[in-house]
Amino acid sequence: MRNKILPLVLGAALGVAATAAHADTLSDVKAKGFLQCGANTGLLGFGSPDDKGEWKGFDVDFCRAIATAVFNDPTKVKFTPLTAKERFTALQSGEVDVLVRNTTWTLSRDSQMGLIFAGVNYYDGQGFMVRKSLGISSALELSGASVCVQTGTTTELNLADYFRTNGMQFNPVVFEKSDEVVQAYDAGRCDAFTTDASGLYAERLKLTNPADHMVLPEIISKEPLGPVVRQGDDKWLTIVKWTHYVMLDAEEAGVTSKNVDEMKSSANPDIKRILGTEGAFGEPLGLTNDFGYNIIKAVGNYGEVFDRNIGPDTPLGISRGLNALWTKGGLQYGMPVR
Amino acid sequence: MALQQDIDDAPRSGSLLYDPRVRGIFFQTVLIVLVVFFIYEAASNAIQNLQRQNIASGFGFFETTAGFSISQHLISYSPTSTYGRAFIVGLLNTLLVAAIGIFLATIIGFVVGIARLSSNWLISRLAAAYVEVIRNVPLLLQLLFWYFAVLKSLPSPRDSVDLGLGAYLNIRGLVVPRPVFGPGSMLFDVAVVVAIVAIVVIHRWARKRQMATGQQFPVFWTGLALIIGLPLIGLALAGFPVTFDMPELKGFNFVGGTTLEPEFVALLLGLTLYTASFIAEIVRAGIKAVSHGQTEAANALGLRGGYTLRLVVVPQAMRVIIPPLTNQYLNLTKNSSLAVAIGYPDLVSVFAGTVLNQTGQAVEVIFITMLVYLTISLITSSLMNWFNLRMALVER
Repeated sequence: MRNKILPLVLGAALGVAATAAHADTLSDVKAKGFLQCGANTGLLGFGSPDDKGEWKGFDVDFCRAIATAVFNDPTKVKFTPLTAKERFTALQSGEVDVLVRNTTWTLSRDSQMGLIFAGVNYYDGQGFMVRKSLGISSALELSGASVCVQTGTTTELNLADYFRTNGMQFNPVVFEKSDEVVQAYDAGRCDAFTTDASGLYAERLKLTNPADHMVLPEIISKEPLGPVVRQGDDKWLTIVKWTHYVMLDAEEAGVTSKNVDEMKSSANPDIKRILGTEGAFGEPLGLTNDFGYNIIKAVGNYGEVFDRNIGPDTPLGISRGLNALWTKGGLQYGMPVR
Repeated sequence: MALQQDIDDAPRSGSLLYDPRVRGIFFQTVLIVLVVFFIYEAASNAIQNLQRQNIASGFGFFETTAGFSISQHLISYSPTSTYGRAFIVGLLNTLLVAAIGIFLATIIGFVVGIARLSSNWLISRLAAAYVEVIRNVPLLLQLLFWYFAVLKSLPSPRDSVDLGLGAYLNIRGLVVPRPVFGPGSMLFDVAVVVAIVAIVVIHRWARKRQMATGQQFPVFWTGLALIIGLPLIGLALAGFPVTFDMPELKGFNFVGGTTLEPEFVALLLGLTLYTASFIAEIVRAGIKAVSHGQTEAANALGLRGGYTLRLVVVPQAMRVIIPPLTNQYLNLTKNSSLAVAIGYPDLVSVFAGTVLNQTGQAVEVIFITMLVYLTISLITSSLMNWFNLRMALVER
């Protein structure tokens, strides 16, 4: 018995040893040599692997921008595909460094999960998609319908709220993965399919006959989508926030990835500060001073990222709308670099 | 002469230290204290870390409004109900699928297992093919197959298949008329209870009579007549206060009646057929374990094949069948958690899926889910153990 006690005591002592204090994320990322980014499992235009296995998308490009800010190399990113159910646990536990996965900014997510949002990179809203053959033209005619929805999302809650406020009944059909939702809708299991409007356009491409389906005009909720990081790490939060703002400021100032080299010698003080030719704005963040130049050169400004992935010339064909710059009537507003 | 027992019992000097009983108790106490300490430390460490990271902890979320809808609920539920109620809805859905699944899987498993031992070449080969195919394909694939195979073959609500008697079959499910019991139908409930009690009593009495005199009594048919006849008489006496809620096609789908949703059917079908294939093999093993001498002796006494199986072989085979059968029941209950892949709102889908995501409290939710499955499994195994004890051969 005595020989069995000692290993047991040692094992117990090791087991309860306090976990090492969370080193800040920036040092962890720099030590690792790459950024671990939480991405979508496959949402066309926002985050999905292409036929060669390379990740492409609006959120993916944002992750690459953060990696460029830290390493000056947009390829130093690894993507972890996460379903809606596991995305927050993965970030909380440290499995990913940042979550850029069309996640809606809500109060409960800011307060109860130990996470915090670093801005809004896409202003969206929830909508419905139905078959044209149903002959309805408004979401208010959906009483009694079955609606396919993904579990654990604000979509599920907004759906219940909308039908309740308008005194309508519905039957939810709930799946874990967005692929399963689309498949069931395509098979005819439900009358309508609901998710963020950007997602509707993306998923419509996956249906057998995209032309048979239409998106109803009602937008029933606010869905500000943005990147998420862990609480208690202000340095990392600031880096993610300012990556986004720098991309917006660059677009506002007319700096693109094509003309960034010429713009480097511009006399405009705003442009000089964004690109780092004047002032030392990178070092207090823990980055190099030319991090703005690196981001625009490697990834592009906000408008370029938008047009490349989800813009009017892509299969999704989404117009800037609410996501235009504030100078053009939209909501995207970059904080000043000074 | 000193016996070994006297030497063992006699205390030596410094006796307490060398007394084997005291040593045993001491070390076991130390072990218990260490285990409890370890669990306590792990739990408080987890709570501390959660609080440090500002993640909400505690079980207060059970009182918060859920805000989401659940398609199938055995008790009343609406988006304004609490998370606690959503938990119970999910739990009841899991128990429903598990109970019906266990019942059907046992029946099908026994039939297929015995069929595989049949002397009819075609039947035994068919049973063997069924077992080999179903056993070797992963359950998730089978569930997806049943769901999409079942779905794609059904028509949309506007072209429903009319099954007569007010029942319709379409892609949204099987919708049947629902009986609504009006006032005065208490007699119906009373009649059902009386019928059940009467059947049990008659069964016991018929057994005793058969033991004493050897005369058989048609218990099965009498029981059937009672369970159908008595409630009908009860209803007739009350003047048939039953109205039927007939389903009608309004807009998108049928309104009224009860719907059996395709998710539930697909899950039940997949789980039942999968587990039945395993149970078939267990039954076959159990029957083969009974010595062939028993069958020969029964045949020598004049018992035909079916009677031999029912009265002689299977009761003895049950001793071998029941422990692995318990395993399969537990497997079926836990496999029902795959329901989330086909959209059936069971415990894992509702609680460890939606509630976990909305509240963000992964540790508490997963812990409770594991506890629930553990409890269900323990109850199932203890019931089966009690059943096993009853089946045990009384030895001298």
